[in-house]
Amino acid sequence: MAETTPPIVAVRNLSKSYRRGQQTVPVLQDISFDIAPGEFLALMGPSGSGKSTLLNLIAGIDKADSGTITIGGVEITTLPEAELAAWRAGNVGFIFQFYNLIPVLTAFENVELPLLLTGLTRRERRDHVETVLSLVGLADRMDHYPSQLSGGQQQRVAIARAMVTDPEILVADEPTGDLDRVSAGEILALMERLVHGFGKTIIMVTHDPRAAEQAHRLLHLEKGELTDGAG
Amino acid sequence: MFILKLLIRNAFRHKLRTILTIVGVAIAIVAFGLLRTLVDLWYAGVEASSASRLITRNAISLVFPLPISYKDRIRQMPGVKDVSWGNWFGGIYKDEKNFFPNFAVEPKSYLAMYPEYVIDSSQVKAFALDRKGCIVGRKTAERFGWKVGDQVTLRGTIFPGQWDFVIRGIYRGAQKNTDETQLFFHWDYLNETVKKTLARRADQVGFYMISLTKPELAAEVSLAIDAIFKNSLAETLTETEKAFQMSFVSMTEAILIAIQIVSYVVIVIIMVVAANTMAMTARERIAEYATLKTLGFGAIHIAGVIFGESIVIAMIGGIAGVACTFPAAHWIETELSQFFPVFSIASQTIVMDLAAALVVGVVAGIFPTWRGSTIRIADGLRRIG
Ligand SMILES: Nc1ncnc2c1ncn2[C@@H]1O[C@H](COP(=O)(O)OP(=O)(O)O)[C@@H](O)[C@H]1O
Ligand SMILES: [Mg+2]
Repeated sequence: MAETTPPIVAVRNLSKSYRRGQQTVPVLQDISFDIAPGEFLALMGPSGSGKSTLLNLIAGIDKADSGTITIGGVEITTLPEAELAAWRAGNVGFIFQFYNLIPVLTAFENVELPLLLTGLTRRERRDHVETVLSLVGLADRMDHYPSQLSGGQQQRVAIARAMVTDPEILVADEPTGDLDRVSAGEILALMERLVHGFGKTIIMVTHDPRAAEQAHRLLHLEKGELTDGAG
Repeated sequence: MFILKLLIRNAFRHKLRTILTIVGVAIAIVAFGLLRTLVDLWYAGVEASSASRLITRNAISLVFPLPISYKDRIRQMPGVKDVSWGNWFGGIYKDEKNFFPNFAVEPKSYLAMYPEYVIDSSQVKAFALDRKGCIVGRKTAERFGWKVGDQVTLRGTIFPGQWDFVIRGIYRGAQKNTDETQLFFHWDYLNETVKKTLARRADQVGFYMISLTKPELAAEVSLAIDAIFKNSLAETLTETEKAFQMSFVSMTEAILIAIQIVSYVVIVIIMVVAANTMAMTARERIAEYATLKTLGFGAIHIAGVIFGESIVIAMIGGIAGVACTFPAAHWIETELSQFFPVFSIASQTIVMDLAAALVVGVVAGIFPTWRGSTIRIADGLRRIG
């Protein structure tokens, strides 16, 4: 299916290294690959291989040393900080291992966060938030604070927050890494539904073979290079 | 709106920590306000004294007297309305710690010249008729439970002996800053007693008090008085009552400066404590700030949340401190009235209090705000990974 449609994500010759004191530690070396729209991609590899770094670069929250990333026709590697923030807010949804909800805000308020930066009215925001919270099955938990929710429920709130602006791409960094089997299964099923039911493109970093199984495609990262499955 | 909601909820997230910080700021503000009031009070005596009255004293030092004969020559000077005179008596009531100011004065001219001492006219008459009579300020009378008609014995220090007085009147101050702790009695009583026992110290006056026909003449008259007594046995120094009081204040200038420094040190200490707390708090929440940035919030939003929290905590402490300053001042005024007859908080002090609290909030907030708003997202997120 990827043959006819242009890729939604195109990564070209991407390199990134970190400085540790005097030393430069290369993390990603000359990485190139494409992701088709509606794809569910799993990124695997040993700890410290650069998976999070790659995900952060694609999501526009970190800067590459060289190479380009083009997403939906926009070359995000050249965008200045402020424009990148605006682009992120409209085009990418984030799902983290530790959910990263704001503890002093309710489920509703956490999901509403990205909408505060849009021009939507209070009413419109309420409609959107209620819609996505129903989608993740938490309509009855809107007024709960994160500490009053289980890990699985918190991650579903986080997914609702990632979905509320209706971005094309969702990035998830070990979304099931902190969950028990049952909750992890529910989260994976939900993500699967976002791809099939809503046409989202998901890029997921994972250690969990069960999670990787759900994906359409696997990329392996080892010592900063893609080893197999690269397309 | 959202920023406000978030920063207020954040402020009360660690209730104990926030409350301790608020209490710390409040205590610092109370201390700051009281110390500043103390300094103000020192100058209040000066404020209460009149610029239109002159004091003439011995040019060498206050401890040296002037002859009583000067009074007629001063009275004849152009610009002089009336002259009164007195001696610092320095009597002690039972024990040194019972200190209050006491003077021998010429009653008629003195009371005419000092309308700020408000006394019943019947009491003034009774005082005039009793050679051993005295008038006491309301605060001192209350302090020792004295009533009109009571006999009071003072132990003389400058003028040795046991001195008996009968209280003939109790004065109130016309203004809030009028000193209500003094005792004064007949100069004639002092002088006649001294004549019998210490003849060489008779007919001597500690200071002259001079009222003027027009206050603008103060400088001119002062110079004229000092000029006529130039090269006499006792040369004079004449200055306005305000300047005279100021010379006492300047003696304690070093103490005043020390108190002022301490008042600022208190603020600096709480500033450091608050800054440390805010830095700790912001460090704990760095992943949250990174998350907000990830969602598209800008550095300015993050700065608002962190800085706002610091300001809110400091200002709550500041307001609590101001609120506690009044009862504290009232307590001082009632319990320590012998030292601080008036301990009222000036509105300017309140402004200073709130400004100090604001500065604490700003300084405590600067570093965490800068850290939180400039942190790179990827670094911020790693803190919990
Ligand atoms: N901000 C940073 N500063 C220095 N080194 C970093 C930073 N972020 C990541 N690294 C290093 O880069 C490598 C890859 O990290 P990461 O992308 O988090 O790996 P993974 O997610 O695959 O475990 C690791 O060696 C890590 O220590
Ligand atoms: Mg990682």
